[in-house]
Amino acid sequence: MWQYFLRRFIYMLFTVWIISVITFAVIQLPPGDYVTTMVSQMIQSGMDDLPPDFEAQIRAQYGLDQPMYVQYGKWLRNIVVEGKFGYSYIYRRDAKDIILERLPVSFAISAFSVLFVWIVALPIGIYSAVKQYSKADYFVTFVGFIGLAIPNFLFALILMFISYRYMDRAMIGLFSQEYETAPWSLAKFIDLVKHLWIPVIIIGTAGTAGLIRTMRANLLDELNKPYVDTARSKGLPERVLLWKYPVRHALNPFVSTIGWILPSLIAGELIVSIVLNLPTTGPVVYNALLDQDMYVAAGIILILSTLTVLGTFISDLLLALLDPRLRLQ
Amino acid sequence: MDVTLHDTTPEYDSPLGGNLPAAETEDELRLEVATQWQLMWWKFRKHKLAMFSAGIIILYYLVAIFAEFFAPWERTQYIADYVYAPPQPIHFFADGKLDLHVKALKFERDPQSFKKIWEIDEENKIDVGFFVKGADYKVGLHWLPIPYINDLYFTTDRHFFGAKDPTQPMYLMGADKSGRDVLSRLIYSTRISLSVGLVGVVISLILGIVLGGLSGLIGGWVDNVVQRMIEIVMSVPDLPIMLAIAASVPLDWSVERVYFIITILIALRSWTGLARVVRSKFLSLREDDFILAARLDGTPQRRLIFRHMLPSFYSHIIASLTLALPGMILGETALSFLGLGLRPPAVSWGVMLQETQRVAVLALYPWLLWPAVAVIIIVLAFNFLGDGLRDAADPY
Repeated sequence: MWQYFLRRFIYMLFTVWIISVITFAVIQLPPGDYVTTMVSQMIQSGMDDLPPDFEAQIRAQYGLDQPMYVQYGKWLRNIVVEGKFGYSYIYRRDAKDIILERLPVSFAISAFSVLFVWIVALPIGIYSAVKQYSKADYFVTFVGFIGLAIPNFLFALILMFISYRYMDRAMIGLFSQEYETAPWSLAKFIDLVKHLWIPVIIIGTAGTAGLIRTMRANLLDELNKPYVDTARSKGLPERVLLWKYPVRHALNPFVSTIGWILPSLIAGELIVSIVLNLPTTGPVVYNALLDQDMYVAAGIILILSTLTVLGTFISDLLLALLDPRLRLQ
Repeated sequence: MDVTLHDTTPEYDSPLGGNLPAAETEDELRLEVATQWQLMWWKFRKHKLAMFSAGIIILYYLVAIFAEFFAPWERTQYIADYVYAPPQPIHFFADGKLDLHVKALKFERDPQSFKKIWEIDEENKIDVGFFVKGADYKVGLHWLPIPYINDLYFTTDRHFFGAKDPTQPMYLMGADKSGRDVLSRLIYSTRISLSVGLVGVVISLILGIVLGGLSGLIGGWVDNVVQRMIEIVMSVPDLPIMLAIAASVPLDWSVERVYFIITILIALRSWTGLARVVRSKFLSLREDDFILAARLDGTPQRRLIFRHMLPSFYSHIIASLTLALPGMILGETALSFLGLGLRPPAVSWGVMLQETQRVAVLALYPWLLWPAVAVIIIVLAFNFLGDGLRDAADPY
């Protein structure tokens, strides 16, 4: 068990490291950097008496003149050792503060989405397996297919249109106006929950549909096995029988799917937040990418990716706890 | 009594079911000599939804190939007066006779905001017909960059349908912000949106087969490295990194280069699944009797792979590819929608949807959402088709 745990942990660290390299490399891709943009803006606004080495000076000030691997090393060291994510050129603040402001909301939405997926998919999956080929089963399968086919951002657009048309208010934002800038309080939290269900449904639908199908297929496999007949012939009530053995068995992939649902949930949260303009990391990273505010973009991408990998790691551990066979491998 | 006790005609629901009666009717002989592909076709044919979806997909691709013919308007054609003109409903009858037409549009200025208020002009009708004359276009191989071969084309001005008088406005799905016909642009969009998926599939097919094949055939440390690589790629949330790469594409790049980059990007996220299928197939085939027999016969490795192993799971590959296509189409749509993918003058469903990002636009001009409907239909169709193909992939 410990060996398994340790091996998974090392894989996780390795994955996070690879992600940090990719992130940093990708952020450096665009030609020029923030200083180029800044200087060209200054020249456009009439400041044409800049000293010839002005650009180089600014670059040296921000450490942008050093080779790429030195910059990468510094960046990673600051994050790991001091928890600093660098400086935001656009906001003129620490990137960490901006990230910390937005991250909890992103995290809350993703966590609620996972809960939503589980709570909805479990009973429906079981029901449609037990009542295979019933009308309800066909209905669920059909709705599931549509749920899988409609991408998050289109779903968001359609809901936005419907809410605007028929409910006279656009479902954008996460807070009512009076709470938008207010400090955190119970009332603000309640207001948040009132708005939260919309993005949660949008983000969770595809995952729910996928999980219902998995759950149904798994349970159907189990229900045809001889041990179920044995239990039934012992006179075990149908409900006890169902919950005690096949459902528990079918739950295994349920936990493991969290591993692959998580990346799509994070991605979904990102794109839905951009469409609905939610105060999460989505719009910030989007604008940071467009404006080459590299430390903010890199920080958010790294944190989101790490959280995803961490989630997968936890689901692997849970799976090992649930299924002894995996531990022995 | 007329009851026949020995009914000699065997009954079976599925020609592919396991326990066939021993009686040798013509049908069964047919089954026994049928090739693998015939069996698959017979099984696939029974999946009604998949057949229907296949029809829809063929229709989409026909529209994409002959976009100039199907679109009543040219891609960039516009009427400046008709900015955001609403859709004109199509009428089939006039005065009790069959007469295809739309009603003309007229507008009044709002006295305060000076905005146009559109109304249907009941008096003026615009005749609509099939195979009408419109703008000139070329059909053939003129787009190939090969001399002489690209002379093989002809020019025509016939369009599948449209206003009989091409100067008359006909907006079946309304107009966009420059007074262009949404329907025509939707038809042109299918070309890019659908081909992105195909090119992406080819790229991920190559990656998946090469890496999955190496992993499954060689095994050992190669397998280990490839498996770790796949795990990492799968656990990285792809969207942020895709956004980052897409955002770094310089603004002055040509449409073709952007198209190429976007296609590679969306292909990079879907090769892992295919590599896994290929690997597991190779692993299990390696132990199979017929492979062992071929190897003992002295078959060289190359022939073993391409003649014996690969053909036995072509069908699985096709099914996985079909299921990967909708993800690619959606990937392009999402990137372009966010303004990080293809850019005008290229026109794809995502590019068309860009306008709807602002809720005010969406609320006032809901017909701009039509591309979303087109996307959802094709994605559903690919999913159903992939499902049917997967079921048919193993006909025994």
